[in-house]
This record gives sequence, C-alpha cells and structure tokens, in this order.
Amino acid sequence: MLKINEAIKEDLALATDIVRFDHVTKRYPGKVALRDATFTLPRGKVIGLIGPNGSGKSTVLKLMAGLLRASGGTVAINGKPATRRIGGEVAYLSELDALYSSFTIEETIRLHQGLYEDFNQEKAHEMLAFMQLNPGDRVKNLSKGNRGRLKIVLALSRRAALILMDEPLSGLDPIVRESIIKGMISFIDLETQTVIMTTHEVAEIEPVLDLVVAIRDGQVLKVEEIDNIRGELNMSLVEWMKQTLA
Amino acid sequence: MGEEFNSTQPIYHQLVQRVCRQIVGGVLRAGEKLPSVRDFAVRNSVNPNTVQRAYAELERLAVVESRRGLGTFVTEDAARLDELREQLKDNQITAFVLDMKEMGFSSEEIMEGVEEHLAEDK
Repeated sequence: MLKINEAIKEDLALATDIVRFDHVTKRYPGKVALRDATFTLPRGKVIGLIGPNGSGKSTVLKLMAGLLRASGGTVAINGKPATRRIGGEVAYLSELDALYSSFTIEETIRLHQGLYEDFNQEKAHEMLAFMQLNPGDRVKNLSKGNRGRLKIVLALSRRAALILMDEPLSGLDPIVRESIIKGMISFIDLETQTVIMTTHEVAEIEPVLDLVVAIRDGQVLKVEEIDNIRGELNMSLVEWMKQTLA
Repeated sequence: MGEEFNSTQPIYHQLVQRVCRQIVGGVLRAGEKLPSVRDFAVRNSVNPNTVQRAYAELERLAVVESRRGLGTFVTEDAARLDELREQLKDNQITAFVLDMKEMGFSSEEIMEGVEEHLAEDK
C-alpha cells in the first residue's frame, strides 16, 4: 500500500516538476561551484536564479542545459537525465554571443530552423516584427541591444519544454530591457513551457517572476514564491534578497 | 512600462485593486470586456500567471465573470457594483482615518480638515 502511494507520488511529481536536482555537486579543480543541491522546480512558471557574481547561478543553469556534468548527484529535466542529449527539451540562451557575425538575421533564423526540430519559424518572424528587427540586417552590424533582442527571439522561437536564459538583460539599456521583457511576456507559452533565467536586474524582472531560487557560495539557499515574499513576508524581492543572501 | 507596483503587496493583489478602481471610476463599465490575460500582462509588464491569478480573484469577488470562450467581463450586477463602490470608499476612509489617528489628530480635527479641503477644491 505504502509502495503504491510512493509510486503515485513520483508520477505526480513528474507531471508537475520540470527540474529536479538530487544532491547535486559540481567541482572544478580547486573549487566547489555547487554543493549538495537538492530542489525541484514546477512547470509553467517563470523562475529567476538570483545571487551574487560567482555564486553558482550559471553553473546551475548549465547543469540543467546538459552543458556541464554533475560531479555527484543527479539532475533530471522533464523526467530525463540532463545529459548533452537533453538539448531537444531545453533551449539555452548563453550569456556570451553565439551568433555568426557575417550572417543576416534571416540566415541566422534559417540556421536555427535547421538545428532544432522544434524551431517555429513563423513565431520567429512574428517576434522579429515585435522587436522591430529587420531580417536583412547582418548580425555584425547590429547594436548590442538588437543582438540581445535577436538572442531572445532565437530562444523563444523553440517549442522546448524548458527555456534557460543566462543574464538576458545584462549590459543592455533600459529601453531594450523593457522591450525584451515585453517580448518574453508576449511570446512565452506557459501552458507548455517553463522559463528559468539568471539575472542581476532583480527589481525590474520581479513583476515577471513566479518563483525565485536564491544561490550563494555554491549553495541553493531557498526556493520561494514571489507572492509569498510579498504577501507573507511583506518584502519586495530586493529586500528579501538582501536578507537571504546577507 | 505600466504603472509601478508598491513593494510589499503581492502584484496580483495590486492588479485586483487597479481593476476595481477602474470599474468604480467608470474607466471600465458594467458588462465591458477585460483585455485578454496575455494583453493585460504585456501592457503591465507582468507575468501572465499573475494576471490569471488576479482575474480568478476578481471572479471570486463577483466583480467580473468569465464566459467560456469569450473572455472576462465586468459584472452587470448593479447591486454588486454599488457594493464595490461602497467597499472601496470604506477601505480608503479606514486607511486615511487610521493614519490620521496614528499621528494624533482628533475626529473633530479630521472632519474639519476634510471639510476645509473639499470647500477649497470647489
């Protein structure tokens, strides 16, 4: 009886949790980037990974993307182990520029169409129009803001269950950040997708988040709902961060 | 960007208050259709889940009703709308009076102050 209940619980968790970390540790030579992290994240949410520089945010994101292998423990995405082959379920937007500079925007879209089966070209073009990007422009001639916009278009045009974004707003001016945030809200499908992003721009991104994960010194300190932080703890996310990460 | 949010109340709660104010203020009329969840979210730069939650709360308060496949509409129940108007008035006055009393103003001083202010406003 007990066993059956356990099995049902597992199934339910699988249906609701998109990310599952079980005692995950990541070591680099001479450094522990993530220490014994155990947590789960629900589906259909926009989730922020917050913490100071070097706290392990990007490491957590790369473990989810299957770009890093855990030194210990297991990472599961959508019920499957996060290996290099998880790329079909996960769209990963790196902090670094990973675009071919001699390509036009249109060529870049076509390249991604070829790379990913779940790439939705129609949605990509809708997003380009929304972001006021011209398909004929070459990547090398784009402003930093427009490169940021293009990267968001590429990530959100995939029908992947999980979309990971490393610092999507970092280094961009307020107008670009605003248009990226609006673009995200307009084009994410939270009925089928979950978004997880690392960010410094906490105050600005707060209205878009459902949930935050606080990370410091390689430790996942807390997973908390934004509504709880405000409703029960009577704090804004910025205040909560100061207290939690102090 | 839409209006800013205060930092202590949940955002969905602030959205509920905004819509109620718009209804009482006549910006949204009885029977009028609210924007879709997505449009409302984009306009205010908030998460669609948050808007969903705000709409559910408004529906629980019987201020709006959702019609399957058609969207969400301001209620046409005039009694409910009158009640909402009274509720907002009460809330606002309660908060104001509490503030004033905390600062040590007497009921007479508050009344006098309000009357003077309203007379000047005319």
